[in-house]
Amino acid sequence: MILYYVSTYVSLIASVLFILALRGLSSAKTSVNGNRFGMAGIALALLGTQIPVYFANLDINLSSALTTILIVAVLGGVIGYIIAKKINMTSLPQLLAGFHSLVGLAAVFISLASFFCIYGTQSTNYDSIRALEMVLGATIGAITFTGSVVAFGKLQGIISGKPWRFKGQRQINILLGCCLIALIIAFVIKQTPELLIQTTILSLVIGYLLIMPIGGADMPVVISMLNSYSGWATVGIGFSANNTLLVIVGALVGTSGAILSHIMCKGMNRTLVKVIFGSFSSQNESSNTHDEQSHRNVKLCSPEDAGFILQNANSVIIVPGYGMAVAQAQHVIKELADELKSRDVSVKYAIHPVAGRMPGHMNVLLAEANIPYEDVFELDDINHEFGQTDIAIVIGANDITNPAAKDDPASPIYGMPVLDVEKAKTVLFIKRSLGSGYAGIENQLFYRENTMMILGDAKKVCDNLIKELKDR
Amino acid sequence: MLLTIFVLACFVGYYVVLKVTPALHAPLMSVTNAISSVIIVAAISYVFVAIIGNSRNVDLCSWLGLGAVFLTAINIVGGFMITKRMLSMFAGKKTQNKEK
Repeated sequence: MILYYVSTYVSLIASVLFILALRGLSSAKTSVNGNRFGMAGIALALLGTQIPVYFANLDINLSSALTTILIVAVLGGVIGYIIAKKINMTSLPQLLAGFHSLVGLAAVFISLASFFCIYGTQSTNYDSIRALEMVLGATIGAITFTGSVVAFGKLQGIISGKPWRFKGQRQINILLGCCLIALIIAFVIKQTPELLIQTTILSLVIGYLLIMPIGGADMPVVISMLNSYSGWATVGIGFSANNTLLVIVGALVGTSGAILSHIMCKGMNRTLVKVIFGSFSSQNESSNTHDEQSHRNVKLCSPEDAGFILQNANSVIIVPGYGMAVAQAQHVIKELADELKSRDVSVKYAIHPVAGRMPGHMNVLLAEANIPYEDVFELDDINHEFGQTDIAIVIGANDITNPAAKDDPASPIYGMPVLDVEKAKTVLFIKRSLGSGYAGIENQLFYRENTMMILGDAKKVCDNLIKELKDR
Repeated sequence: MLLTIFVLACFVGYYVVLKVTPALHAPLMSVTNAISSVIIVAAISYVFVAIIGNSRNVDLCSWLGLGAVFLTAINIVGGFMITKRMLSMFAGKKTQNKEK
């Protein structure tokens, strides 16, 4: 009985530690401590739940099981450690998608284990609520798993980032959704292993079909959505294992992912339903017709010209996008900024909420290059400043700067909040080609009077710009 | 009872996460990923339950449990490590600026 109370209090303390871990992220200063709170929380949770086992009945069987568990856990831990140490910061979105898939798969395993532990013993039947919780844990876990694997493949470039669509996709998804509900109900009533496995397999298929049609530009939403799912899967397991701690943690993670998805959707002016069922599908034809008439009036500009313009500037705002991450240009950008700063030019960075492939992607990369926190601004904080700025340098960003979102109601991205780069006196647009962005939409900015295009790899172009500046 | 706790925890999560600065959204995702692997606790307990309860499916149950322990262990260590790496980049700059 005492042991029961010990483990209750331990999970209470662990929950508080987890909340503090998230709370710490409200500022960079407190965040490092926050992470420590999180680690302490996991450690406590592990000790707390195992205490009853240690004291209650430590026979030979159990201690050998404990050793096996420890070996497996340490093995996993070492692998996790190596991955986290070795990974390049540019691959962060893939890494997180991969991690989410692991949580999903683990949730499936645990739900199946919880069923087969009891199945076939004296108490053959669960009450229906527990059966429901169990099957929900497996379902959400399975969807998270395949969904994350697809997201990983798309981010890594193994699977094409282009949306994969076919006729009647929506109908098939709805049909499969109905089948899933029917299977869940059937399992709750009959509770046979076959039904549980069928439900899990169907969920795996649905996870795959759900994420395949989603394009690369929508990845920030997808990743935060999967983040949220992994939380709800944890909740499902917490309910079926009757574990308060898991329910609390799952709720924290689930809401966190949901809030992030909401912020990302707002950043793109799209609803979650539109992201999943797609509304960029029809724009391919329209952008093709644009192509015919539009290779007019693009001002290409050489690094020398750009160097000259930069030399005479007083204020510069840099707008990074996914292209910067691909070219790994963040360190060169920092050098360029330092060079400009040494000439008393004010340099700021403007970050759009959905720049890159995951929430906060750009911030991490800029931080990696040691770019000061105070120079980096969010959309709402800097948008009014473009009017008083000499040069806006857009590096590898596209849709998030497209003025069509403001003045062309026919554009698929109309209404999306964008950075007002065109209000700067001159826009230097560094881009690999004149192609359209991930959303497949022409950027009207290319044809504006004050836009100068520099075509090329972001890193090389920045290198050239630094050289040009230094020569002057 | 659990349902009450669940709903309250959702509210706590909502208000806490709203306070997170957008600049730290990436570490937020990796840390939530790490802590959601707290399900390792359930995985371990099912391995034990299978053995103590003399379940008919001891083997299947312990393999599933051990598989989950392995996956979540990768996640816990990996998740916290990558968060630490990211945060040290944000925090590292702070001290540099003070020196300037």
